[in-house]
Amino acid sequence: MSRQSLAKAHQKIQELSWEPQYHEPYMKYGTDYTFKKAAKKDPLKQVLRSYFPMQEEKDNRVYGASDGAIRGNMFRQVQERWLEWQKLFLSIIPLPEISAARSMPMLFQAVPNPELHNGQAIQMIDEVRHSTIQQNLKRLYMNNYIDPAGFNNTLRNFHSDYCGTIGRQFAEGFITGDAITAASIYLTIVAETAFTNTLFVAMPAEAAANGDYLLPTVFHSVQSDESRHISNGYATLLMALSDEGNRQLLERDLRYAWWNNHRVVDAAIGTFIEYGTKDRRKDRESYAEMWRRWIYDDYYRAYLLPLEKYGLVIPHDLIEESWNQIWNKGYVHEVAQFFATGWLANYWRIDGMTDEDFEWFEYKYPGWYDRYGKWWENYNRLSRPNGHHAIVAEDVDYVYPHRCWTCMVPCLVREDMVVDKVDGQWRTYCHEACRWTDAVAFRPTYQGRETPNMGKLVGHREWETLYHGWNWADVISDMGFVRDDGKTLTAQPHLDLDPKKMWTLDHMRRMPHVASPNVILNEMSDSEREAFVADYNAQGPAGRPAGAKS
Amino acid sequence: MTTTENTERSVPKPVFTDAEAGAKEFPDSGPSARRYNYFKPAKRKQTHYEDVTVEVQPDPRHYLTQGWIYGFADGSNGYPLTWTKLKAWGVDDPEPVRGPGSGGKPVENWPAHGWHEFRDPNEEWELTMYRYNANVVRQVTQNVENARNAKAFDQWTPNWVHFVERNVGAWMHIEHILGLYVFAACNRSGPTNMHNTAMAVNSEHKIRFAQDLALYNLTLTEEIEGFDGSAHLEAWNSDAEWQGVRKVTEALTAVHDDWGEMIFATNIVFEPLLGELFRSNLVMQAAAGNGDYVTPTVIGSGEYDYAQRDLRWTQACFGPLVQDREFADHNKQIFNGWLQNWVPQCLEAARQLQPLWSQPDAKPPRFEDALDRAKSRFSGILTDLGLETPKELSQ
Repeated sequence: MSRQSLAKAHQKIQELSWEPQYHEPYMKYGTDYTFKKAAKKDPLKQVLRSYFPMQEEKDNRVYGASDGAIRGNMFRQVQERWLEWQKLFLSIIPLPEISAARSMPMLFQAVPNPELHNGQAIQMIDEVRHSTIQQNLKRLYMNNYIDPAGFNNTLRNFHSDYCGTIGRQFAEGFITGDAITAASIYLTIVAETAFTNTLFVAMPAEAAANGDYLLPTVFHSVQSDESRHISNGYATLLMALSDEGNRQLLERDLRYAWWNNHRVVDAAIGTFIEYGTKDRRKDRESYAEMWRRWIYDDYYRAYLLPLEKYGLVIPHDLIEESWNQIWNKGYVHEVAQFFATGWLANYWRIDGMTDEDFEWFEYKYPGWYDRYGKWWENYNRLSRPNGHHAIVAEDVDYVYPHRCWTCMVPCLVREDMVVDKVDGQWRTYCHEACRWTDAVAFRPTYQGRETPNMGKLVGHREWETLYHGWNWADVISDMGFVRDDGKTLTAQPHLDLDPKKMWTLDHMRRMPHVASPNVILNEMSDSEREAFVADYNAQGPAGRPAGAKS
Repeated sequence: MTTTENTERSVPKPVFTDAEAGAKEFPDSGPSARRYNYFKPAKRKQTHYEDVTVEVQPDPRHYLTQGWIYGFADGSNGYPLTWTKLKAWGVDDPEPVRGPGSGGKPVENWPAHGWHEFRDPNEEWELTMYRYNANVVRQVTQNVENARNAKAFDQWTPNWVHFVERNVGAWMHIEHILGLYVFAACNRSGPTNMHNTAMAVNSEHKIRFAQDLALYNLTLTEEIEGFDGSAHLEAWNSDAEWQGVRKVTEALTAVHDDWGEMIFATNIVFEPLLGELFRSNLVMQAAAGNGDYVTPTVIGSGEYDYAQRDLRWTQACFGPLVQDREFADHNKQIFNGWLQNWVPQCLEAARQLQPLWSQPDAKPPRFEDALDRAKSRFSGILTDLGLETPKELSQ
């Protein structure tokens, strides 16, 4: 940086702000929000003359640490249980990052404040950094970790896998539909401001406890950029609040964005932190404790609540309900159990839980063993092929769940599942908030108001639909989750790399066919469907059939 | 004296797990499994750049089993290939139709269309872009700082001071607008991650260069008595010489729903005919004669961005489309239409700049010679792309 002060330099570059004189820029991305009042200042006050050397220095530290990790044989002490879950996480995260870069031009067009565009442009550059530095970290794991399978084909696997699409919301949601809903409320106000705390701070801390200090090195470097992006979101939010007509949309979008982020991020990161760790010290924070600190206190109480005085309608009910789901309804545990039930449809190995894990869970979540302990014992019992099927096809008191049409995480808290006929199709939803998102929020009118720019939920949102009636061996071959001997599965329900203990396509061939719950639901008569809903709502916890002893 | 009880701190314990590569033999443990295997590299061996960029942005024609899951209100979703009129082979072939019991339908014969053949010859990703731009800003800062310490600005003639405050100042606006509202704006629109990343990096160059010029202007305001740091705004907003360039620059941001046209018109037409005309054929030629060795180093950094990096990726992007095995004629027709539209606008704007050549005391080479050089350069770029020089160039 030159001798010019940053404030002076930043003030100078504001002279670059452009007011079109001959042609208005083409507005490709629409929004139903209006910005007629109260231009805000660029909160970043960042100039590229200082930004580039700063980022280069951060890079030097990251890549220096990477070299050090390899020279110091870090992989002799990383926990395989942990690294295996990184095959999923590092499949997902480069896409949301690059999508965040792609979302910034949507804001240039939607927010008519040239001063904010400087900060948005810098965020765009940051996001290119994040995506490629994370792809590079994954490459390093692939080259140096004992089992490269799953890392080496993540960007195919992620798009085929039975839960990858859940994570893809955290990318497409940033870049599609109403520009402000997507790029501002969903991305910066909720995803970045609230949930990157657990993604990029809490989770790396757990990585370090599992012998992996490269994940914290990379992600803390990433998080140091996120704090700037939070400022971008805040400035845009204040601008939006200045226009009375936006408040109805803000209320809608905060409800959608909060609930969807909770469903998606808590599902994934909660599972990684609770079920991917070997660190069972009683005084280490559980995911629920981290969530209470990072999201409830730091985001909800310290960030959102003060905005009430500006007229923001905060979804208090959904925030309390998210906590209720995590603390009382076992949301994270139900998700981890679902991931492990379908281990064969994944591309990483899922370690079973041990007595030490049981003890920790019981200490942190009293009553955990009564709910989930027996199932995890069955998981261990069925983990090596020995004449039985994979756990999904064995009778372990687990009813395979229906998917939520909106968030695509299955309806795991069975009592909350609701059914609705939307767009001519019967759909299951994990919670009324997800039904509302599909049936009410993502529509061209909202509470009688035209919302022509609002996006749509599209695609084949239930993975099982695509493989309805298929043999499991064919499903796995079709997805490409097979190792280089042509028969051993990439995924395994244990960490033992002895080929004799590993499941193969031959084992899969003997299993019953895959059935799509949604296809079956749509074949039911009205009375059958009512009976199905009543039965489903009576199931659980831990996916137990209705009426089963807990 | 008090003593503190030495309680054991609660910290995670290192555990020897022996989870490093090569510790055991099992299916997929060999070296051949230690490479990303979901894409075909452009050359025999995949590059680091390819590893960190290729396929991060998915394509339903490849592995996107469940399809895009969010749509725009008009029904489009993801990264539609119709967001430019240009076509690469295979784009009209139908996407795999998936539904109940269809399976994932991964496309084995990949790439399914020609857009996926593009690789940025600069191989830009985060490591390269920070190294490059950090080096540039360091060098520019040092040059300006050194000139300041050496009182080099004292050598400038009064007319040159006036020229720099108005005209070099005016140019910062062009770089800024192109950086934000052409290149950054298009990085949502390209068909692959490699296109969009190249556009984002091009955008960085432009925005950085605009800011370099603005901060240089600030230094000159502080160092040269009477240097008017706000004159660039007046020139940009009102000087007749600049209104033609401004009109074209703004028109580039207003291209209707076609990222290909925006990028082509900017990097293939505007840059050689107006960008290089001003930067290389006027400022760089005139400065030394007027006692200024500093401005060319600042301007030169932006010129290097374009000439050595931004033009390279643009040629690699559009060149193959001219030879496309399925759509060569279609694309040539589109390119020619764009040339017919943009070349006259740029030439008209160039001619409006002509009075600038008379402003410095020590005159640069004549405007007509400079314009001929720019035209010649432009023709060379078109030849490299396999396109013919449009008749409009002779106007």
